[in-house]
Amino acid sequence: MREAERPLVFLRFKFIDFRRLNGGIVVTYLVKRFLALMLLVFSVGSLATAVAETDLRQISQQLVGAKLKALPAIVEQFETGGEEALPLLDAMLNGRLFVRKSDKLIVIAERQQDGDYALVDALSAESLSPSPKKRLKKVKVNNRLRVQLREVIARITLSSDDPDIRESAVRNMLNKMSDRNIAMLAQAKKVETDSTVMALIDLALAINVLKTTDVQAERLTALEAIDGSLEPIVFNTLSALLAQDDAGNNLEADTAVRAKALKIKDRIQQKIDFYELMEKLFFGLSLGSVLLLIATGLAITFGVMGVINMAHGELIMIGAYTAYVVQLLMPNSLEYSILVAIPMAFLVAGTVGVLIERCVIRFLHGRPLETLLATFGISLILQQTVRSIFSPLNRQVSSPSWLSGSLDINPIFSLTYNRLYILLFALLVFFILQLVLKRTSLGLNVRAVSQNRSMAKAIGIRTEWVDAMTFGLGSGIAGIAGVALSQLTNVGPNLGQAYIIDSFMVVVFGGVGNLWGTLVGGFSLGILNKFLEPVTGAVLANIIILVSIILFIQKRPRGLFPQKGRAAG
Amino acid sequence: MKFKKFITATAVALSMMLSLSAVAADTIKVGVLHSLSGTMAISETTLKDTVLMMIEEQNKKGGLLGKKLEAVVVDPASNWPLFAEKTRELLTKEKVDVIFGCWTSVSRKSVLPVIEELNGLLFYPVQYEGEESSKNVFYTGAAPNQQAVPAVDYLMNELEVERWVLAGTDYVYPRTTNKILEAYLIAKGVAPADIMINYTPFGHSDWQSIVADVKKFGSTGKKTAVVSTINGDANIPFYKELGNQGISAEDIPVVAFSVGEEELSGLDTGPLVGHLAAWNYFQSVESDENEAFIKKWKKFAGKKRVTNDPMEATYIGFNMWAQAVEKAGTTEVDTVEQAMIGITTPNLTGGVAVMNSNHHLSKPVLIGEIQDDGQIETVWETNGTVIGDAWSDHLSSSRNLISDWTAPVSCGNFNTKTAKCSGQNF
Repeated sequence: MREAERPLVFLRFKFIDFRRLNGGIVVTYLVKRFLALMLLVFSVGSLATAVAETDLRQISQQLVGAKLKALPAIVEQFETGGEEALPLLDAMLNGRLFVRKSDKLIVIAERQQDGDYALVDALSAESLSPSPKKRLKKVKVNNRLRVQLREVIARITLSSDDPDIRESAVRNMLNKMSDRNIAMLAQAKKVETDSTVMALIDLALAINVLKTTDVQAERLTALEAIDGSLEPIVFNTLSALLAQDDAGNNLEADTAVRAKALKIKDRIQQKIDFYELMEKLFFGLSLGSVLLLIATGLAITFGVMGVINMAHGELIMIGAYTAYVVQLLMPNSLEYSILVAIPMAFLVAGTVGVLIERCVIRFLHGRPLETLLATFGISLILQQTVRSIFSPLNRQVSSPSWLSGSLDINPIFSLTYNRLYILLFALLVFFILQLVLKRTSLGLNVRAVSQNRSMAKAIGIRTEWVDAMTFGLGSGIAGIAGVALSQLTNVGPNLGQAYIIDSFMVVVFGGVGNLWGTLVGGFSLGILNKFLEPVTGAVLANIIILVSIILFIQKRPRGLFPQKGRAAG
Repeated sequence: MKFKKFITATAVALSMMLSLSAVAADTIKVGVLHSLSGTMAISETTLKDTVLMMIEEQNKKGGLLGKKLEAVVVDPASNWPLFAEKTRELLTKEKVDVIFGCWTSVSRKSVLPVIEELNGLLFYPVQYEGEESSKNVFYTGAAPNQQAVPAVDYLMNELEVERWVLAGTDYVYPRTTNKILEAYLIAKGVAPADIMINYTPFGHSDWQSIVADVKKFGSTGKKTAVVSTINGDANIPFYKELGNQGISAEDIPVVAFSVGEEELSGLDTGPLVGHLAAWNYFQSVESDENEAFIKKWKKFAGKKRVTNDPMEATYIGFNMWAQAVEKAGTTEVDTVEQAMIGITTPNLTGGVAVMNSNHHLSKPVLIGEIQDDGQIETVWETNGTVIGDAWSDHLSSSRNLISDWTAPVSCGNFNTKTAKCSGQNF
């Protein structure tokens, strides 16, 4: 029984329950005898927690001024504290555990907006008055301690009420199979009710059987138990079973076990191969989505308007810096600032784009070489401006929590959230743009001007205005791409340079003047890159792709989807 | 009207320049050759400021040999051939007495022929791949045996790492360092199958498949670590990807040789906490010299600025040069070069830096864990200092080579087996 093993915790739960009830008792009516019974339990409960707390307090007080080398022994003792010690251990793991210098109290500190730290007593969870950083001393923690802390937390939370917490506890133990952990898992199996956790515990016990016993029947059942599991440790155990020594002799003597292990390993290997393929595909799509985002804006300015805009990368950079500034302006809601940054970046980069068009590009109409040089100059000016305003150092755009981490599909296949969202976002931007071009009057004008400028002018379309708006639209989308990139890479003055070649590559490959070409081009280059990279390495993969695009352009100068008909002229 | 203003401004500027060059006769000129624009500006501007701060301070003390110091700052703009041109300009036109400069190895390699031809003096303050010792260069950063090799020792002995990923940016420093490390690991009995080597282009930002490969490589049950010679800018997306794919510093620690406080100051350190950095100096080191240096730097450059290892190397180099000039009584290059050897000065970690006869320093090696405030906390350090080795003992091509610029050897590339000086110093 879990309760029986942890009487103190049990009583504490009682204590909390009854105290909650106690509030209700005041307003309702109740028999006096019942109240007396309540009070009795109340006092016993509080006494028990008091004892546990003083013990823990003594242990925790050893942390004050302790050397890094002395810490493992202290951390070990916290296990006796059970769930009471969890907040403290968790804070220590995350580097939030401090000693208040004035009274040597162990506190959990959290940085507030004003720079001071909000303090909470690590054991009683009582709120204390905030304090500046210099009155606190951090309890040191290093990697070795973090490993140990996770282990201690796993042992304590193995009896947690939340199946998810129990699952992560078992998973932690799976990688550190000491005799003690195995014994605890065997204990936990008896009271486990959740099927997922149960399966994990069985897995751990089966692996232990394979490693420790010689009885053939038991080992064969154990092999059956681990069949089909994708946990890396299962594959490693099987590989160890099938390993040969230097002379080529099998380490495992039992042929029946070996044959079965081989069969299971092959089956798992097949699954692994399949998921690796899926993973590569996802990586390719995700790289493709980045390429699509950065190239969509260019597909409009270069593809539709025919302006070779070398400052396209810097418009992306401006978008990324907008994300940074928006984050600075709304420090209290970091989680959502990125959502505000998207329209802001569109407006800021779009405005800069319109300015560039009005002040420079319109004077150079039909002179591509001069446009190229002028926009290259603009790109250098924009870079140096950003360097002067924001310093040459990279700026930090932090990721909201909903954009970090990954969606685990199984132990070997997971999709990272930031890439997943960017993939969806890129497609969304693309289809909204398609709608704008196909369904709005602006889109109609844009298409008219790009197909036949003089005819459009003749029927009364303000081509000058349309040019400015089109360039602004393309630039605005570059700005949006910048916001997305701020989640993936550095926000610095050189951000744009890194992407300008890629964006031209995608547009030229896909076919100038065709948005669908950009979509297909972006994704196929992304996928090609990710399938080449494991074979050739990142450097060679880039070279191969560049060379094959050059060869492709030789064969089909107008790209994948050339414009057809009169528009192509 | 505007044109008139422009003319007057130019005239004023010109007359100021003329009057400056008139004074210049009794100043000692210090050349500063750090990129102030382009990719490397992010790291190098800090070193330019450090040299300016040191000059200002020296002038407050009365300069050197009774003369004031004068800084000549040029901008090679992260353009490697321009480094050579600017060096020529500094030495022939400006006639500087010493140059503090360069960051990347390729910029140093581009400066080397010029500085040897014109017999200048260069102080190079950044950790590098070794396999070089020029008479005209003092290397105040770490050689591989003062950073990379001790870091690997730490991982092997303290963290019991058995499988190694050597990841680097594709240029001369990572390639040479990884060659040395691979030879070293194999000599220590690591199987070649347990070493994975990976190179990526400058500014690489899509780390998905490489991190997935590292994860797979590290999932065989043996403790795995990444030894990273990834260049500054590409690091952030790399660490972010590690975090997102759920690899923590406890599972697979990354020890980096080019991530310092300056690089960390511009980013979200959340995903980096617990990962390691190997340097010869951290801002967090507690010593009186360091405290004074940080105070001076914050006063000079701004409250939020941090200090880092190449700054310490610049600090040591400058102090040593000033001492050597005082000792030699002249700024003449050959005399100062000989006076430099054997000079000692306090370093910022509470010890003493010695300039050895191979133009490399003695340095302590520190391993630290990155904290969430962007500082690096020391977790391990060598007992005492390690002498920089110009030619690695772990590569067969340079095993027998030593560098010694004192008589009777006076050679940067001396073969101890054949007792011959090849004259090929880099």
